Amino acid sequence: MNAIRFLWAAYVATWLIHGLYIGSVARRYSRLRQRTKELRK
Amino acid sequence: MSSLRSITLATLTKDIRLEWRSRDAINSMLFFSLLVVVIFSFSFDPNAEESREIAGGLIWVAFLFAAVVALNQTWARELRNQVLDAYRVSPAPANALFVAKALGNFILVTLLEAVMAPLFMIFYNLRALGPAWQLIPVAILGTWALVVNGTFFAAMSLRTRSREIMLPLLLFPISIPAVQSMVEATRIILAGDGSARFWIVLLLTYDVVFTTACLALFETILQAE
Amino acid sequence: MKRAFPILAVLTALLLTYSTYQALVVAPTERTMGDVQRIFYYHVPSAWTAFLLFVVNLVASVIYLTRKSAKADAVALVSAEVGVVFCTVVLVTGPIWARPVWGIWWTWDLRLTLTLVLWLIYVSYLVLRRFSDSSQTPKLAAVLAIFGALDVPLVYFSIWFFRTQHPQPVIGGGGSLDPRMLHVLLINWLAFSCLAFVVCCWRYRLELLHREVEEMESLEALRGVTQ
Repeated sequence: MNAIRFLWAAYVATWLIHGLYIGSVARRYSRLRQRTKELRK
Repeated sequence: MSSLRSITLATLTKDIRLEWRSRDAINSMLFFSLLVVVIFSFSFDPNAEESREIAGGLIWVAFLFAAVVALNQTWARELRNQVLDAYRVSPAPANALFVAKALGNFILVTLLEAVMAPLFMIFYNLRALGPAWQLIPVAILGTWALVVNGTFFAAMSLRTRSREIMLPLLLFPISIPAVQSMVEATRIILAGDGSARFWIVLLLTYDVVFTTACLALFETILQAE
Repeated sequence: MKRAFPILAVLTALLLTYSTYQALVVAPTERTMGDVQRIFYYHVPSAWTAFLLFVVNLVASVIYLTRKSAKADAVALVSAEVGVVFCTVVLVTGPIWARPVWGIWWTWDLRLTLTLVLWLIYVSYLVLRRFSDSSQTPKLAAVLAIFGALDVPLVYFSIWFFRTQHPQPVIGGGGSLDPRMLHVLLINWLAFSCLAFVVCCWRYRLELLHREVEEMESLEALRGVTQ
């Protein structure tokens, strides 16, 4: 049924949005940990 | 209490006198307001029946743009001459400065509205089918709503990058209930379609809440520059 | 606390899997809307979580203004950011739900419109934080948060009254709810709240790390100058 497409779209969109944000936090976190190690040297 | 009033008055009259001496800023704002009305008239065909229905909204959007132009120069003179530093160290209450600036902006924006409103009425053949006198409290309360927060946010934007875009960016979201009230009240009064009382009361509430907030917190942000 | 974090993250992921399964499979199919209605189990809890995060932001902002606590400021920033993320989910799932059910993408639905205005206010809050380069940014941001909070009841009333004048479809949940649906809704709310908590914790640690690095770098620069 056509409407089910919207259901999947909504669920996928939700996780896409969360995923993008969490991914950016993770990326920045690892980059800063690197930087901390460099500065401590 | 009397020192508050006298400082406010002194600052206000100083601003008016300075603006009057070099009328360039005011004249360009007046011309900008005229341009906004003309562009809106080209974009939203005044002859179409629908346009007369949305004229209430159009007028206030036009006022909003004109207000932003006026608000952006609120603190320009103070910045140029390090007046804010002087205010910070003086014993004068910060609120006096804020009220003076807000009143000055109110007068300026009302002047712009006084130019734009008749033009709108002419271009759009506007007639108030409801109680036209109610447009006056709507205009006063609505203008104050924009000006009080606008003056405050202009001060907040002083130390930001892209200062000129920062002001509308902060002002517009917070002003949404006020703008909706102004637009709905104007639409109802022009169309004679029911009572605008709820919207006028909401506007009054908005004004009271935010005037209080601005007066309470202005000192905080003045110190923050 | 540090060791508890990965455990918490895994538990949250499991809880979310369970709650999603409940939403997609276990919850009864709605009579009029069909299976599309299951978007409800993501849309509404996300809205509640976003509102909760903005309350946290308000409280943290007030604490910052009264106690000048840098940690309170960090909490304010983190809750605003994560709140915007959840708001975005609400604003995306709302129209996706509205379209097949009512044929239109947007209605001035109370929850959706309120979420939109909140989203706008908090994005402007984040922009202020990004664009303001004075050391007093936390103070300015805290003041803006208070203004935003004062605005919310006014926004609510203006939308509410507007809707009584111009009736519009209510996106989901007008009227009483089947208790089985309520059960699934609450489980999803718990799961999303846990997600918000976990993400906030991580972002908070990121923020503290960021400030630590900034401090180290400025000390480094100072050392470089004096040598």
